Amino acid sequence: MSAASTTPAPASAPGRESIVRSVLTNPLGLVAALLLLLVIVAAVFAPLIAPFAADDLQIFKINAPPGDGYLLGGDGSGRDIFSRLVYGTQNTLVGALIALSVAAAIGVTAGLFAGYFGGRREVVMSWVADGLMALPALIVLLAFYQSLGSSIHVSMIIFGVMLSPGFYRLTRNLVNGVKHELYVDAARVSGLSDMRIIARHILLVIRAPVIIQVSIVAGISIVIQAGLEFLGLGDPAVPTWGGMLQDAFANMFVVPTAILWPGLAISVTVASFVLLANAIRDRLQQGDRVATAPKIPAPAPHPVGTAPNDAAVLLDVRELVVGYPTKSGWTEVVKGVSLQLRRGEVLGLVGESGSGKTQTAFAILGLLSTGGRILSGSIWFDGRDIANLPESEMQKLRGKRIAYVPQEPMSNLDPAFRIGFQLTEPMVTVLGISKAEAKARALKLLARVGMPDPVRTYNAYPHQISGGMAQRVLIARAISCKPDLLIADEPTTALDVTVQAEVLELMRDLQAEMNMSVVLVTHNFGVVADICHRVSVMRDGRVVETSAVQSLFADPQHDYTKLLLAAVLDDVTPRVYRPVQAKEVSA
Amino acid sequence: MSDVIVDCIGVNTHFGAHHVLKNINLTVRPGETVGLVGESGSGKTTLGRAILGIGPISSGRIVFEGQDIGGVAPRDRKGRAASIQAVFQDPYTSLNPSMTIEDILIEPIVARGQAAKADAAAQVHKLLDQVALPKDAAQRYPREFSGGQRQRIAIARALALSPHLIVCDEPVSALDLSTQARVLDLFVEIQERTGVAYLFVSHDLSVVRHISHRVAVMRGGEIVEFGECDQVTADPQHDYTKRLLLAAPVADPVRQAERRAALRALSRGA
Amino acid sequence: MLSYLSKRLLSSLVLLALVTTLTFALVFGGADNVAQNILGDNATDQQIADLEAKLGIDRPLNEQYGTWVAKAVRGDLGMSWTMGESVSKILSGRLPVTLSMVVLAICIIGIVSALLGIVAAVRGGWADRVIQLISVVGFSLPNFWLGLILVVVFALNLRWLPATGYTDFLNSPTGWLASLALPVGALVLSGIASASQQVRGAMIDALRQDYVRTLRAGGIKPSSVLFRHALRNAMPAALTVLSLQFIGLLGGAAIIERVFAIPGLGSVTVQAALSGDIPVLMGVVVTMIILVVIVNIAIDLANAWVNPKVRL
Repeated sequence: MSAASTTPAPASAPGRESIVRSVLTNPLGLVAALLLLLVIVAAVFAPLIAPFAADDLQIFKINAPPGDGYLLGGDGSGRDIFSRLVYGTQNTLVGALIALSVAAAIGVTAGLFAGYFGGRREVVMSWVADGLMALPALIVLLAFYQSLGSSIHVSMIIFGVMLSPGFYRLTRNLVNGVKHELYVDAARVSGLSDMRIIARHILLVIRAPVIIQVSIVAGISIVIQAGLEFLGLGDPAVPTWGGMLQDAFANMFVVPTAILWPGLAISVTVASFVLLANAIRDRLQQGDRVATAPKIPAPAPHPVGTAPNDAAVLLDVRELVVGYPTKSGWTEVVKGVSLQLRRGEVLGLVGESGSGKTQTAFAILGLLSTGGRILSGSIWFDGRDIANLPESEMQKLRGKRIAYVPQEPMSNLDPAFRIGFQLTEPMVTVLGISKAEAKARALKLLARVGMPDPVRTYNAYPHQISGGMAQRVLIARAISCKPDLLIADEPTTALDVTVQAEVLELMRDLQAEMNMSVVLVTHNFGVVADICHRVSVMRDGRVVETSAVQSLFADPQHDYTKLLLAAVLDDVTPRVYRPVQAKEVSA
Repeated sequence: MSDVIVDCIGVNTHFGAHHVLKNINLTVRPGETVGLVGESGSGKTTLGRAILGIGPISSGRIVFEGQDIGGVAPRDRKGRAASIQAVFQDPYTSLNPSMTIEDILIEPIVARGQAAKADAAAQVHKLLDQVALPKDAAQRYPREFSGGQRQRIAIARALALSPHLIVCDEPVSALDLSTQARVLDLFVEIQERTGVAYLFVSHDLSVVRHISHRVAVMRGGEIVEFGECDQVTADPQHDYTKRLLLAAPVADPVRQAERRAALRALSRGA
Repeated sequence: MLSYLSKRLLSSLVLLALVTTLTFALVFGGADNVAQNILGDNATDQQIADLEAKLGIDRPLNEQYGTWVAKAVRGDLGMSWTMGESVSKILSGRLPVTLSMVVLAICIIGIVSALLGIVAAVRGGWADRVIQLISVVGFSLPNFWLGLILVVVFALNLRWLPATGYTDFLNSPTGWLASLALPVGALVLSGIASASQQVRGAMIDALRQDYVRTLRAGGIKPSSVLFRHALRNAMPAALTVLSLQFIGLLGGAAIIERVFAIPGLGSVTVQAALSGDIPVLMGVVVTMIILVVIVNIAIDLANAWVNPKVRL
């Protein structure tokens, strides 16, 4: 619910908008595309571009410096380096194309089938893929050299096979990710056959990532091919970039600069492929790009009013404005919220998604998402304005005086550490007690929050306990340092309704026991009625109404509150069934 | 072919060693909504998927209008059974983000080879109309719509083949409170107009109570209670149903305090 | 744990058997004129036939393979056809050279990538741009070309380091470092390019997790959130990359050793490939697979230690 306002919308696939166009509007993508075009033109029209034939040799131009007809000088046999570079393009592109086609054809097909149908076939194919990936490709190609002969193209076929696991894994993982999407279920319910589901829904999703992979594999193939030729494993009769590098290597002590040209040709071509891949990737990731630092400076915050002189008021939020940077400036998600919370009071912050209730809670904690900022207003906490307090100061408050219980229990425990460590870590850090002391307290806490076997939970990893238990652990951790204020963000939303009742019961008891103040963010009016003393109803970044819980339900003032309460489904009269004959039905 | 449209008879499902559906017997009558309520892991979604033909069954029969469709994949279903449709929980992932609304809506029609492309466009407008969305929605993409609107699109897709039964799996639980009420009203309105039957899966007893004629309560793969909506949701017989009912907090502080006390008493008694 | 190890070993054995069979079939099947190659063009038919009988390549392929396997499992990889030594002896002399180079390279890749990746994930900004640049440059420059350039600049022009050759660590540690500085430098760039990207991605993923905010809300120090929690969760991805890097480096070493005239496994492989010395090639393939298997098992164990959800 409230998470919808903090998490970005799911990255949308580029759909039918042309990938080509979006790449060409990216400057680096455009440069890469132009360079690749140049390489392709050179390959196709080599005889027209090269001033000399590839094997044209002039004895007096052996290792000659550039000039006098030889644009980049002569090689060890007196051939024109520039002409050979141009002719080498052909061989390079054909080799890359061979490896690429073989790798993509095998990998994508196998990946589609393994991913979609799963089962034993997937196990076998994955084993083969793992096996292929465990082999150093160059060594294998060297080992096969004698039987494959000097045709680099045959080697590139083998290399393609060795590269196919990359495509296989990529495709399989993508298909695995998408095949459980509800829209694939919907297509299946509609009666689409597997083949048509793959064609209609799955290919659409894997298209762009596969194109990226193609681009990268093209680069790898060119490098490996040049490597083989450099080692002398190519056909000496064919001009190749790797072969030229070998020649330059042999004459390195005479003309060191000759090693530059073929290397540059390889690097620039490969770089173009990589940049092209990056441009496509950028396009795909636009949806979940992290907000960058704001270009527009945030207005300097200034405290609103002075500390409340009523000592019973623990938290006094005044005209709080929270914003996130966007291209066009600061977008406000909280637009002037004022709240007051007395000691020992439970305040409900209720509203629909996008109402700003969670952002208000995070602002109090000083934990807004990347880029978020308190733009104005004050948060008076126990006589001190903590809005825009330095992070180091805020850190001293968090855990010790202000604690937090999150919505989703499982994702809020670190999966790599035992519960015990995660419970004692804050106590050791915040309270400065010994580990043994912290452990004793942690076990007591676990018993207090209703764990049947505290020692066992203490030693368990998060994935070994249920969601309800995980939420109890998080509550135990939040209260472990006896905070004055607890911020609970939809603490029961992810739980089953019977577990929710137990957790609410626990929170109510602990609140009374410790006389804690609680800000409870929720969308559920039932939860509000159950545990809150006062309620603030939020809509579109503003508080529309604040009142005591009894009067809110008995006599709502604001139209929006009335509308929300009317939508609550508690008291409906059950529908009456009137038999119909199915045969008469038509839409 | 009479007073029952779908009849589950002794349905069992195993996932490996887990017995997730235990001897399920459940009927849905034409034009009726049967609410299927339970907590996570109760098997309610598994039962829905088994009826849709996208989930397995190990034994038992699922009889739809006299025809056993248990374990038959949707594409192999014949006649009216082929028109059984679904509305899923998450409106953000139940529509393919890279397809237009029109393509999404005609997919069931195309899949069944029922209509020519030209005909389909008229169909799409009719479907959009039924769920109160404008005609120009057809050429747009899912991301341009809100959660509630997307769920309307999903409902329109389910209506494309004029089904006699739609399995709804938590169709409103991802929606905001006010949107949820409007979408539920749409479900009711469509049922009254077309006579379609719903199997309505939800974890929320108040939602189920709002839309159902009869309610089945599931727990641990079993149906623990099945009866008229009023009886099950107001005067439950089974202890688990009682607890489920009392555990859901009611939006009224005074009555909620009573409920809480009643739940505490029940737990202590148990 | 035990069942994991036995499964892993079994699957490695199957892999080893498959690859050696395939290599054997392809290499021997295609090796028609081995004896001719070895003896040169002036050899008589009788000399060729004699040599073929001596090498055993006049027998049927399956028989030859059987003999090879029977000897190989006892650690006897046969005699080299061209180098006048036993394959085991050649390999055991060359393996330490290549391993020392590859291990040094892996360590550098691991450390530099971890630092760059973490800084880029946490800070963004300049570190992010450095990583982007390295990823394109490192990927595009073939390592052997980079090696050649390093030789020209640092050995020929500046004369800081030797252009070629290898000094054993035990003879002179500084000499060893000097002899490996350029080849390792040429090897690590592309490794850093891909590994630092992966570390950055894994760290960003880890830092985006819900529990990071909750840890901060609990008053945990930022350094602990970063290095204890986020880094540990990013580790599996980073370790997997290193294992792939290792495999890549074994291949890359073949060319780099050639450029720097380092007497390692790679250069002997090239030599054997060009001269058709099949026993040596078979030995190299077996050695490489065993190395990769050992590294993969080590990485898996490390992963299991880091990630409690992995049950071995």
